[in-house]
Order: sequence, then C-alpha cells, then structure tokens
Amino acid sequence: MVLDAAHGGDDSGAALQLSPAQSPSPTQQEKQFALAFTEHLRALLQARGVLVVTTRDADAAVGADRRAEIANRARAQACVSLHATSMGSGVHLYISSLAPAAAERMLAWKTAQAAYVTRSLALAGALNSALTHANVPVTLGRTALLGMDSMACPAVAIEIAPVLASSHNQPTALGDANYQTQVANAVAAALVQWRSEAPQP
Amino acid sequence: MIPRYQTILFVVLLLASVAMGGFLWQMRDKAHQRMLEGQDAAPAAAPMVTPAEQATVYVASDADNTLTPQPLSLPLPASPGLRARAILGKLLDLYAAPNAPHPVPGGAGSITQIFLLPAPADGSTPTAAAIAAAGTAGQSVGPQLAIVNLTGAFANGHPSGLETETLTVLSICATLHANLPSVTQVRFMVDGAPRATLAGHADLARTYMADQAAPNDGSHP
Repeated sequence: MVLDAAHGGDDSGAALQLSPAQSPSPTQQEKQFALAFTEHLRALLQARGVLVVTTRDADAAVGADRRAEIANRARAQACVSLHATSMGSGVHLYISSLAPAAAERMLAWKTAQAAYVTRSLALAGALNSALTHANVPVTLGRTALLGMDSMACPAVAIEIAPVLASSHNQPTALGDANYQTQVANAVAAALVQWRSEAPQP
Repeated sequence: MIPRYQTILFVVLLLASVAMGGFLWQMRDKAHQRMLEGQDAAPAAAPMVTPAEQATVYVASDADNTLTPQPLSLPLPASPGLRARAILGKLLDLYAAPNAPHPVPGGAGSITQIFLLPAPADGSTPTAAAIAAAGTAGQSVGPQLAIVNLTGAFANGHPSGLETETLTVLSICATLHANLPSVTQVRFMVDGAPRATLAGHADLARTYMADQAAPNDGSHP
C-alpha cells in the first residue's frame, strides 16, 4: 500500500480548526495533520502484515510527480492520498475524474490513472462501506488532483473533515482523537480487505 | 480749441464702444440660442432597461458535497461572454453571502473576463493570440472553450480543501454549460496567467469538460 501524506515543506495546505467549540480554536496545518494520520494508519496496517510505502516521512516538500513516481515504483495494490479540511462534513472520498480507459503496455504520464479508474472506484466503494459501517458520514466524488492522475494503481484521495450536526450525526471536531482513530481503523480495515480480495499487480 | 488728435481719438473710442456693444448683443443671442437647443436635447423618453431573463446556476453545498440547479431571473447582456460573466458573478455572489452553503469570499468581482473560443478537439491549450483575438464578444459557432480569468484575490482567499475547491470549479463549469450549451470545455486563469491549483488542491492547469460537470442525478458531481 502507498500512503501519500499531502502537502509538506513550504506547502502547508489548509489551516485546520481542530475544535471550533473552543474560542479561539486550536489550529493545525493540513500538512501536519496528514503526516500524523499517515503514521497512525501505517502503524495499523503494518500491525496487520501490510507492506506500506509512504511518499514522505517528515515535513518535506514532495512534488506531485515525485509522489506518483514513488507510487508507481512500488507497484502498489492501492494508493491512498490523505488530506484534511475544516470545510464540509465527515470523510470525503475522491477518485480521479479521468474517463476510464483500457490498460495498455505504455501509459501516458498525465493520464496513467485512467486505466485504473474502474478499480479506484471499487476501492472507494470498499472504503465507503467500511466508514459507513463505522458510523462515519461519507461523501463520494471525482476530482482533478495533481499527482493522483499519474498514479498507475487503484487510487483514492481521502479528505477528513469534522462531522457537522445532523439528524443522523453528533457534531465531532476534527481534533477529536476518538474520531481520528475511528476513521483510521475503518480505512485500515477496508485496505486489508481490499488487499486480500484484489488481484496482485 | 480741441486739438485734432483728441477729436480723432474720441471718434475711434466711440466707434470701438459701439462695435463692442454690438458684439456683446450678438454673443447674448447665441448663448440664448444654445440654451434653447440644450432644452431640446433633454431626455424625452425613459432609458431602456434590459428585461429579466431566466438563468440557471449550480449551487454547491459543502455539507453534502452536492451541486443543485437553482433558477434565477436577472437582466443579461446580449454578448455571450458578458452574459456568462454576469451569470457566474451571480453564482459567486451567492457564495460570498453570509451563511452560504459553500462559503467563498470575493463575489461577482472575482471574475475579470471570460473568453469564448472554438473548442480544440484534443483539449490542448489555446494560444495567447487566439485568446486576444476572441476578446469577450464570443462567437457562437460549434463547441466552445470558455477561459475564465479569476482574480488573484479570489484564488488566494479561497478556502483550501479538496471538496471545497472541486465544488467551486465544477459549479462554475456546470453553470457555464447550463446557460451556454455550446461551452463544452473550460479552462481557468488567475490574473491572466496559468496557475497550478486553486488553493492547493483542485488542478487548474487542465481542461475541464463542462458537459460532464453537472451531476447526472441532480445532486452529487
């Protein structure tokens, strides 16, 4: 599995409000949150015998092409890009907006993901099921994310947001450790199941 | 005995006074005439107001990651480029309003220009000369590529996030296609120059297929 902690270095990503209930709310940069969550998820996966490759292990700038290079060299069964935001509610799952294309021997760099879009959709479905089972609200979408379109593996971008109050959900802050653990466990369970069911690359 | 030169001087001054009096009288008549003409040029009819037309904007919601079509009635210019700018301005005004479902600061002034060009079949980037030639008038021949020029203040002030940036881009694309069906592709510029991402996530360097931006089921993009 490839875990891609978004941003890093000069690219801080979003400024996250960890607990809007407090005033002033403690904040964290998205790059810090993504790295911490990646380390948490890596520990969970390695504990279950999954080989994990990460695109960064420290606060370092890693370009979009370099991230895709790392993922493609790893010949991973799944590539997961991890993000966070204070906007929206729950976990946002995104796959590439490229139109599905048949797999060919040579893939164009900028559209390599097109050959994997169908499997990426299946991976997003597995993650959606696991998160929903864990009572985490999920939204699914397609996007154009730098780096992900060049990944030659089933790839999903996961964006973690606080949970807004609704008829189905209690409000949960992004900085809530229990919420982060709940999401990490669900994602790890989905990836382990995906590893056991998906064909080897 | 009055000297001769004084007599001549008196006559000359008298003639000059009479001539100046006549000249002033003539100037007064001309000024009066101009005033009467000015009254004739006063507006006699009320200015024309463009009648309101129906438009559709796709409004994003961060809470449930949806795009919802919302009909609007507003006066629109005839030129397709200006028309597109007016409609997108209305969309961004909705996002800049308090308690908006997809809060983004900036409003209508965040769109500097919209260029409409014939859409390249391969989705390639148009040349600067082609953009300059198109201006904002637009041509309504075949599929079109819309180039949306955003202000730097809008991009810099946009909330950072995968969902929020994607929704902004897709709602602009879907709104353009809903009101100008000939617009099938959309590209973005910021302050007249290409930019890698909107606010760190959504890719702004690619061509978006506007006809695929609107949700098939009327909600999720």
